Amino acid sequence: MWDREIRAMVSTHAIMAASVFMATVVPAVFLPGFSVYGTHLSWLYSVSAAVTGVSVAVFWLLGIAPPTKKHSLGYKLSRLCRCCVYFFLSCIFFHFVVLLYGAPLVESALETFSLAVLLTSLTTLRCLCVLGPNVQAWIRVFSRHGAMSVWDTCLQITVACTLVGAWVGAFPIPLDWDRPWQVWPVSCSLGAVIGFLTGLVAAPAWIHHHRKHLTYKSK
Amino acid sequence: MKVRTSVFATLILMSEVIGIALFLRGFFPVPIKSSLASKNSLSDLPAEPLSGSSPNTTRLPHPLFKRVVIMLVDALREDFLFGPNGGTFMPYTRHVVERSSSYSFVAKARPPTVTMPRIKALTTGSIPGFIDVVMNLNSPALLEDNLIWQAKTAEKRIIFYGDDTWVRLFPKHFMEYDGTTSFFVSDYTEVDNNVTRHLDSTLKRDDWDILILHYLGLDHIGHISGPYSSLIQPKLMEMDDVLKKIHGALISKEAEGSLPYLLVLCGDHGMSETGSHGGSSEPEVNTPLVLISPAFKRKVGMEKPGVIEQVDLAPTLALGLGLPISQNSVGRVIPGVFQESSLRDQLRFLHLNGHQLNCLLKDSMPSYAKEAGFEQYRVAEKAHGNWMKLYFEGNTSEVLSNMGKKVLKQYLEALAALSSALSKQLGKYDMYSMIAGMVFVFQLLMILLLAMPEALSADAAVDLPVASALLSLPFYLLCLLLASVHVLVCTSATSSCYFCTLSWGLVFVVVAFSSAMFCILISMAVRRLSLGLKYNGKSPLKTNVSEWSLSELDVLLLAGTVGHTLSLAASSFIEEEHQTWYFLLNTLCLAMFQDVCRKYFREKSASKDEEDCLLPSKDCWNSALPQPDASSEKWLALATPIFTLVCCRLLRSINQTGVQWAHLPDVGHWLNSSEHRTVLSLLTVFCLVLTYLLVQRRCSWVSKVALAFGLVGVYSYRAAVGNVIFPWQHSSRTMSKGTVEARFVYVFVLGILFSGTKDLLRSQIITADAKLKSRGLWEIYSGLVLLASLLFRAHNLPVLCCCLLIQTLISQFIWKKLHYDAAQITIMHYWFGQAFFYFQGNSNNIATIDISVGFVGLESYVEAPAIFLTALSTYAGPLLWTCHLVCYLSSERHRSPVSVGHGCYCLALLRSVPAAVYIVLVTVLRYHLFIWSVFSPKLLYESMHLLLTAGVCLFFITMEQSPRKS
Ligand SMILES: [Zn+2]
Ligand SMILES: [Zn+2]
Repeated sequence: MWDREIRAMVSTHAIMAASVFMATVVPAVFLPGFSVYGTHLSWLYSVSAAVTGVSVAVFWLLGIAPPTKKHSLGYKLSRLCRCCVYFFLSCIFFHFVVLLYGAPLVESALETFSLAVLLTSLTTLRCLCVLGPNVQAWIRVFSRHGAMSVWDTCLQITVACTLVGAWVGAFPIPLDWDRPWQVWPVSCSLGAVIGFLTGLVAAPAWIHHHRKHLTYKSK
Repeated sequence: MKVRTSVFATLILMSEVIGIALFLRGFFPVPIKSSLASKNSLSDLPAEPLSGSSPNTTRLPHPLFKRVVIMLVDALREDFLFGPNGGTFMPYTRHVVERSSSYSFVAKARPPTVTMPRIKALTTGSIPGFIDVVMNLNSPALLEDNLIWQAKTAEKRIIFYGDDTWVRLFPKHFMEYDGTTSFFVSDYTEVDNNVTRHLDSTLKRDDWDILILHYLGLDHIGHISGPYSSLIQPKLMEMDDVLKKIHGALISKEAEGSLPYLLVLCGDHGMSETGSHGGSSEPEVNTPLVLISPAFKRKVGMEKPGVIEQVDLAPTLALGLGLPISQNSVGRVIPGVFQESSLRDQLRFLHLNGHQLNCLLKDSMPSYAKEAGFEQYRVAEKAHGNWMKLYFEGNTSEVLSNMGKKVLKQYLEALAALSSALSKQLGKYDMYSMIAGMVFVFQLLMILLLAMPEALSADAAVDLPVASALLSLPFYLLCLLLASVHVLVCTSATSSCYFCTLSWGLVFVVVAFSSAMFCILISMAVRRLSLGLKYNGKSPLKTNVSEWSLSELDVLLLAGTVGHTLSLAASSFIEEEHQTWYFLLNTLCLAMFQDVCRKYFREKSASKDEEDCLLPSKDCWNSALPQPDASSEKWLALATPIFTLVCCRLLRSINQTGVQWAHLPDVGHWLNSSEHRTVLSLLTVFCLVLTYLLVQRRCSWVSKVALAFGLVGVYSYRAAVGNVIFPWQHSSRTMSKGTVEARFVYVFVLGILFSGTKDLLRSQIITADAKLKSRGLWEIYSGLVLLASLLFRAHNLPVLCCCLLIQTLISQFIWKKLHYDAAQITIMHYWFGQAFFYFQGNSNNIATIDISVGFVGLESYVEAPAIFLTALSTYAGPLLWTCHLVCYLSSERHRSPVSVGHGCYCLALLRSVPAAVYIVLVTVLRYHLFIWSVFSPKLLYESMHLLLTAGVCLFFITMEQSPRKS
């Protein structure tokens, strides 16, 4: 059972990493002048869109999301709406936090919001896919011993890695090197994406390594 | 020997202060200053040496030049004139250099290659170091003996056009001046036109003796686009034209029979390859110096310019104009300039220069007799006397002139030796003292670290094996070893070390102390190791790790402390250190928020929390439906970190500090502009009222009244100084210094402090009443708050206010509820204190220190109170937070009686780790380009902070004493 889940996770993560890679490379072929630094915002949105699409598709195919009791179309629609609202709320929340960290209030609001969108699509969206718009489940997963499945643990690790990556990414900004990647928010979004990729690699590896110690309460 | 933790920590901190002081003494060489406060004057010039008893003369030789024009081109690099492109850049000057009667040199400027110190060097002939800049913060005028002052005293008429740094340095020295500010670096034409437009009329006139022109344009071009930009050539050609114009005018004015003119073209510093300056790279240091006068021999072709020091210009000009050489000059006259005068005069010039250098050497170096130059000068002076005797006897033979030439050579050698001995003392780091200080500090730090388990135990006492260390054999061997090392270093060293000049008794005490500490260190380490082994069987390390389960907060606190310490190695991180602290503080608040969430939602879902609280926390808000009684408390607890975060975000926009973003507009500037005076007044009133409300709640009624009066006094002081307005005062009153109002506040500050101390003493000696004690403590704290509100600028009062508000809220709703231990509380206080240091508008640059605070309530500058007030207001943020820490920890005593001791220990550790690491970094980076502009100011800030922390720790000791007694 372990092996099967880990294998599924590895392949999912491989697809996601590939989507990030494709989102960087493919537009460069079609759009002239597309580059990570030069047209940072379009890169950022292309990565967000790719990750969003791939996560939704993969998790829907895998069927990890908790089984819903009702199957009526209305219920599904309201679920979808709630997901969208949560997604938007999370963008605003990240925007607010980044502002608190000292981003300029008015001047580069678009850049800040784009970073918030990226962070949301790398973290919140995954929560939505795995756990659904269920706040109680989120609280459970993000408490210390709250993981109840391999996917929960994986979620913890990737989210933490992404956020730490974005956090660390802010460090080079004050250095006076005048490099293109020091411009706000390039280093932070690069940090977040690198953290996310690290999380994708680290999560299966960690779970595989600790599979003897991991015990989950029954669902 | 068992000592309490707080005593132990304080002792260590105080010894560290001594160690750092020794390090600083080695790092910042003391500027060479003559001990005489007066300036050199003609009357105390030495007599012309003469062996025998014939009448000798104290007269100065006749001046060589009638008029001097000094044309200073800022950032003129040596290769702009002497390099391969010199001919195209400055054709006329190049022609003069090659064909006319002139002397040209490459003058070496000393770092820091910044305009102001360089002007000082050019005019005083001394080498102003970094410490000079700090020492002269309070007076912009140059008080040292200098050429301009000497010229003015000799009733020379001086005209100045150019950079207004000169006008600030030499107020009232110029007959006529027009200063242009170098504020707008992007302007490189106006600044120079402002100088040149005066030129035609001035050159026609005859009523001046010295004309000084300082052209800034070239420097500005360098800053904008570097030394290879296309703007350089036109600018240099413009300078060339100016020189041609001056030279032409001087030639046309030249009258037969009168003394000749002298035209000096020089640069204050060069320009690096990127166009900036300040460091010590070759292109920044090398500047051209061209002396043009008909008194010189005519040249026949381009020669390679000789290399001299920039400071050599000052004595040369002084002697050329017939003025005394300024006292602290370390330069020597440029011999070529005097070549055309008589041998007697030449010898006399050299004698005067030598005499002045010799006096300076005697004053500044205790072991001056050992210097080679001293002896050489004496020999030369004696030979000079003999020569004079022959001269007066009317001897005019070949012998006389040969002998004279020999004396001349002797003098020149002596001057070179004297000058190099003097400037060597300036340019060198005193490595021995630095290393001694560093070793000392590190020993203390190791002891502090090794004592951690004991110091943070429930006992809060550290067992120092002093007796066993003092009686052990290694101690005596180590003493012997260190003493012999000391003797060896001091006898072999070529340059003088401060540590070697200490008396033997003192050195022995230091040696004994250091070796005792080393023995203590070893025995503590051995004890710790054996204890660990016994405790944990085979592998002590592994069990430790699994035993200590760190929460996310602990991880953050540790990582933040370590990360901040490491960041000090990069100059940009020092310049932008405030960013580091804001960033860490933000993360800390988020982590606290997560802890709060965990606490209040734990009941619901057994235990909730993970690395990031961000996601769940948002929804915690909506989801949880708590019991009605605890709900308000819960919401307050949840809101507090958010409120703190928002507060911090607002505070950081009050003062933009640092370097990269310092130019951005901030709220402070907006408030201080005159059209927003009403807003500022309202804000001040609001802040003062809020301060009163927050502070008064734990004071006795006497202090409450005093506090109220004091805060009213603060407002009237601000109104008197003109920062804020009274609503009923419409006519604009003349601005006063507000001395009366400020003293009024001081009275209440002293009253509150007195009442607090009285309560404290009573609680300790008579009643042992914990309540009385905490009240006394709080009153002392509120006295400090009142003083800070007086000293803070009006626009900074919100910082004080927010500080109090955050302290109240967090301690009430978070720290009391979440049961953090003393170490965590201390680290959080420290972080907040650091962030508030920058919220106030401070930075790691000396320039942001608000010196005007030293004059609050004083009629004139009085050193001791001014320094005290400035230090207090600069470090108000950290001080208020540490004082709050004492109040908080001692009020929490019922929970843990030893928390004060633990807090003191943690504070000592938090302060000494960065300080110790930083002195190592500075030593390693001592040849870094930014050592004077970035690292040294930070070193001073670090040391000052260490000193203040040691002072606060004393306060901790008195707080900890009572529970033992009672
Ligand atoms: Zn300059
Ligand atoms: Zn400059």
